[in-house]
Amino acid sequence: MGRLLFIAPLVVFLLLGAYFAIGLTRDPSHIPSALIDKPLPAFDLPAIEGYDRGLSSNDLGGKIALINFFGSWCVSCVIEHPVLMEIAAKEDVLLVGIDWKDKPGDGARWLERRGDPYALIGDDADGRTALDFGITGAPETFIIDRNGRIRYRYQGPITEDVWRDIINPLLGQLKRDGGGDA
Amino acid sequence: MRKFFTLLVLALIALTPAMAVEPDELLDDPAMEERAREISKQLRCVVCQSQSIDDSNAPLAKDMRLLVRERLLKGDSDDQVIAFLVERYGDYILLKPPVQSNTIFLWAAPIIIFLLAGVMAVLYLLRMRRLDDEMAD
Repeated sequence: MGRLLFIAPLVVFLLLGAYFAIGLTRDPSHIPSALIDKPLPAFDLPAIEGYDRGLSSNDLGGKIALINFFGSWCVSCVIEHPVLMEIAAKEDVLLVGIDWKDKPGDGARWLERRGDPYALIGDDADGRTALDFGITGAPETFIIDRNGRIRYRYQGPITEDVWRDIINPLLGQLKRDGGGDA
Repeated sequence: MRKFFTLLVLALIALTPAMAVEPDELLDDPAMEERAREISKQLRCVVCQSQSIDDSNAPLAKDMRLLVRERLLKGDSDDQVIAFLVERYGDYILLKPPVQSNTIFLWAAPIIIFLLAGVMAVLYLLRMRRLDDEMAD
């Protein structure tokens, strides 16, 4: 009993150490979204400069969709942009964009220079819609199922690895789940 | 001596928390503004996570402060404003975690540890006294 008490602090220290060591490997900026499996927040955003149509929550029309928050000011958006262009060109998924807190015209110019991967774009200049989505930074991408529910949120740029290992498998699963149109 | 006081005053100025709230955000009604400040102090800035949105200069924190004021102007109670943000960002937005099933250990741990330490201290002291008695015999 005496010896057990003697080593108890060491055991406690090691347990705490292990606990914190695991904690350190986790990225605290990746916060689980509170909106998983909840319906898409209702929004109706105007078009960005030079575009005819904006984006509203009704535009997804029961399709599986990716909603991507981006901005011309957002550095990591440049990283994912080529991947988004690939997705738009080759993949069977509706990709829409929300231009988050850009000055008028900046988002449109950015897309003109790099190419526009989005089927539709909404202008969230004051960032209110972003708050409804629980956004923590750009880029951020939401996967919406056919019933208009948020199924997944990815924080940070969609690299080819992220597309191959996370997003695409999830989309495949949603497509197989069927229900509604194809 | 004078130099010392100058340094002391400068140090104290440096210690006062920087205000992130900008003049254009302030509400006209001082009572409502005070409520907005109190609410903002309880909400975590999701960009710089150890700061409240009241302290943070991040643009997203500013948007949230404006949202808080907008909700107050629409007649929301303090709790409703906080619930509005928790709905979108989860409990994570609260700087002080709520007492509920998944946080009960967090809240109870200090009490449990205090009681355990107390029991161990009492046992130790009792044994010491017994040893003393044995020595005295």
